[in-house]
Amino acid sequence: MDDLLSEFLTETAESLDVVDVELVRFESDPSDKATLNNIFRLVHTIKGTCGFIGLPRLEALAHAGETLLGRFRDGALPVTPPSVSLVLASIDRIKSILAHLAAEQVEPAGDDRDLIAQLELAVEGGAMTAAAPAPVVAPEPEPEPMPAEEAAEPAAVAEGQGKWDADQGRYLRPGEVSLAELEAAFRNADGPEMREVKPVAAAAAPDHDEERKGGIGANTIRVNVGVLESLMTMVSELVLTRNQLMQMLRTSNDSEFKAPLQRLSGITAELQDAVMKTRMQPIGSAWKKLPRIVRDASQDLAKKIDLVMEGESTELDRQVLELIKDPLTHMIRNSCDHGVETPADRAAAGKPETGTIRLRAYHEGGHIIVELTDDGAGLNTDRIRRKAIEKGVIDSVEAMAMTDAQVHRLIFAPGFSTAEKVTSISGRGVGMDVVKTNVEQIGGTIDLRSRQGSGTTFIIKIPLTLAIISALIVGVEDHRFALPQLSVLELVRAGKRCEHKIELINSSRVLRLRDRLLPLVSLADVLNLMVEPFNENQLASIVVMQVGETRFGLIVDEVFDTEEIVVKPLSKRLGSMSEYSGATILGDGAVIMILDPNGISRSVANVERSVDRLLDEQAAVSAAASAAAAAAEQTSVLLFSAGGEQPRACPLSLVTRLEELDATKFEPTAHGLVVQYRGRLMPLASAGGEIRRKGKQPVLVFSQGESVIGLAVDRILDIVEDVLDIQISDASPGVLGTAVLKGVSTEIIDLGWYLAKADPQWASAVAQLEKQRGRKRVLLIESHPFFRNLLAPVVSAAGYDVTVAANAEEARARIEAGSTFDVVLADADNLLDEPVAGQNVISLSSRTDTEAVPKSDRHALLNAIARAVRVGEAA
Amino acid sequence: MSTREFVTFRIGDQTFGVSVSEIHDVFRPASMTPVPLSGSDIAGVLNLRGRIVTAIDARSRLGLKPQAKTTPSQPLAIGVERGGESFGLIIDEIGEVVRIDETALEQNPVNLDATWSWVSRGVCRLDDRLLVIMDIDRMLAGAGAEESAAA
Repeated sequence: MDDLLSEFLTETAESLDVVDVELVRFESDPSDKATLNNIFRLVHTIKGTCGFIGLPRLEALAHAGETLLGRFRDGALPVTPPSVSLVLASIDRIKSILAHLAAEQVEPAGDDRDLIAQLELAVEGGAMTAAAPAPVVAPEPEPEPMPAEEAAEPAAVAEGQGKWDADQGRYLRPGEVSLAELEAAFRNADGPEMREVKPVAAAAAPDHDEERKGGIGANTIRVNVGVLESLMTMVSELVLTRNQLMQMLRTSNDSEFKAPLQRLSGITAELQDAVMKTRMQPIGSAWKKLPRIVRDASQDLAKKIDLVMEGESTELDRQVLELIKDPLTHMIRNSCDHGVETPADRAAAGKPETGTIRLRAYHEGGHIIVELTDDGAGLNTDRIRRKAIEKGVIDSVEAMAMTDAQVHRLIFAPGFSTAEKVTSISGRGVGMDVVKTNVEQIGGTIDLRSRQGSGTTFIIKIPLTLAIISALIVGVEDHRFALPQLSVLELVRAGKRCEHKIELINSSRVLRLRDRLLPLVSLADVLNLMVEPFNENQLASIVVMQVGETRFGLIVDEVFDTEEIVVKPLSKRLGSMSEYSGATILGDGAVIMILDPNGISRSVANVERSVDRLLDEQAAVSAAASAAAAAAEQTSVLLFSAGGEQPRACPLSLVTRLEELDATKFEPTAHGLVVQYRGRLMPLASAGGEIRRKGKQPVLVFSQGESVIGLAVDRILDIVEDVLDIQISDASPGVLGTAVLKGVSTEIIDLGWYLAKADPQWASAVAQLEKQRGRKRVLLIESHPFFRNLLAPVVSAAGYDVTVAANAEEARARIEAGSTFDVVLADADNLLDEPVAGQNVISLSSRTDTEAVPKSDRHALLNAIARAVRVGEAA
Repeated sequence: MSTREFVTFRIGDQTFGVSVSEIHDVFRPASMTPVPLSGSDIAGVLNLRGRIVTAIDARSRLGLKPQAKTTPSQPLAIGVERGGESFGLIIDEIGEVVRIDETALEQNPVNLDATWSWVSRGVCRLDDRLLVIMDIDRMLAGAGAEESAAA
């Protein structure tokens, strides 16, 4: 590209950004002459430069805008939001033309009659008397040299130069008939303005210096970003080589190289600092567009919003800066749209009509913290909860268990948008999760605090630079990895003789750390390294890490030292793995992988959730135990859905764990699906519905001795405390019967049936166990099929092994065949003779007026069986 | 008649050839760092003169058994630069450079294994053996690339 043109483009883009900001400021305070003068000068410069380089379309537009601004400056026109919008619109048009220009190096075809006409109209509007017939003749952008006028015009302009606008507005307008001619005159007039324009190329004009003085100052040069980047790369290499040399120095005693190497090391560090500084930019440069965005948004939404920015001069790496620009813009839009309420709502809530969005940046220990605060309505916890359930982000059980802060964080979940209506301002619900991903990509974290009614604060923590980070080198087995220091909170030694001990909840490892339970994962497990089973008593190093709100401990074998490492991007062949964020070369020349704390925390999330659940369950169980004293029959029942609308249930006490497993990891075998679970293969059975093959599959895990089996369900619904009162046996296999739980008829599943189906060994294991436990055998003699079906499952569900006989003969036949029973339940209504002599018999009756146990009274029946069993044992 | 120069090398029992212009260098990979959780054809990452090289295990990529541990020879790798990244394709043995007439190149036999025919551009009859001309890009792209390309 032509040097002149590219210079012009950079220059103009910068000026336009300033104009944006200044205009918004000017609109809020139209009496601020200094701001207006600044805007005017900038637009004027743009216009002049366009004329100089020969960009007629831009020039015409800039001129029309300038004219309107001139009227503002004269005070001939009041400053109104519509007229400012108009100027802003022309700025936007100029920007889009510039973009085209940058790409194609020519002005795009077409003209801007529409905008120029509107601008002219606005000018006329202010001076209606002066120009009633405002013919909208767009200046045809074709610079026609008019030698005749050329001599005259400079004088006019030169005269105008001092009090230019005052003159031009009044001086030119009455004189000119045709706008086209006016344009042409101006274009020609720009020729002599060269002394003002020429410096664009030379970059030394008084005009330009003046506009820069506030910002950059005179002794700066423009350097191509590519040069800076390659400087950075070279310094990175230098740092690596330095590290290598220092490593060698450490191993050799007393070397003559010691002193010069140390000097080299020092200089390298300084050079690194200096090069880093060249890449630093004030964060304010990423904020330039924000006032304009807030201004436009508040216009569109009919809200009154002030944007307050603090700490614009906080510097950070330009690469990081580029990457947070978009997320920040998005968040500001969100705050305008969802955060700040309408003036009416605010007034009703007793707040000032104008809402405030505060953007604040500051350094904190090697990071930049950016806080975005609005004083709006705050997040609506209930609505988020409802929406999250609706969208399937969480289920109702999870929703219940979540604290408000956890619920707030759901807005970062993928595919979640609470906006009841989609607006042009804040997009279509791809919002906050994308923001979160972007922030995490640069090794940052995002969190939020919100109070309903008083506003929301987002806190973004980002590293100063991406190129060189401080990392903790850890070892597992023979591998070494780098952990970004940013996420490391502390190091803890744990083991038998240490202050801290690793404890187990079920089989999840946790660490008691200052009265908090810290979920632990072993790095070897995360990375699927084959290692010796971890022994809780052995000495372990735990790296306590914090990612977002998740705090967890990473068990490693060894912790080496902290090193400044140069982050190298991962090869595309490895880039898809979320566990790593890059690679680096250590001082000894070895390549090691840099772990991504975010990726690791995801594999922790499962552990953490199951720890939480287990804690909850334990609390529930102990609560249930104390409640049991009061109401003996209350049972904790896990409700879930599986293959149908009707909820299904099983007693919670039978379930070992609730898990959500990654369904892509399920592997088909001849006997059905299996999944690797805690280092073993776990067979999976379906509790009714389809087993998913992608996404997350909720699984109830049952364990019995050595066997582990997973029962896949569609959704876990709830855990309820109720009387487990199984009412009618269902003919369908796998269902014990139906019970009314919390007013809803619920199928109680026959776990044994499902589990035996998934793993034949299970059934035998269970049988074995029952034998060991001495499960009591009950013979039910009942002629009526209805009562047979009713009673058998009840007795069975109470833990007895039930054999059914339709009449006394059948019963006798079974006993003679060698079966022994601890208790015989005999139907006294229909059996005419004493069925089985010498047995422990309980008479049953459907009537309540006999001594026999009434069939309708389950509790009496079960009590009677229990009594009879005890009698039998005593005998 | 145009002839091109090919570097020949051996993987398992097969001799392969890659155009000389595609190869950056040949080196002995030292102190390779394995990458847990990565695909089986990723041998690891290593430091080659300050650059991080991703090493691809050609045997695994072609579905061959790993080289017997008893072989005393150190591994060899062909260095390739692709898209600003450095790759090393680990091979068994490097051979001579042969000049081949383009017309001597024959199409893949139809009964070639899917992976092999995906990474092979054609077969060339040398006097004493067959030379499989390797498509190095396809070789470096992970396993599964052929399935997704077929889909």
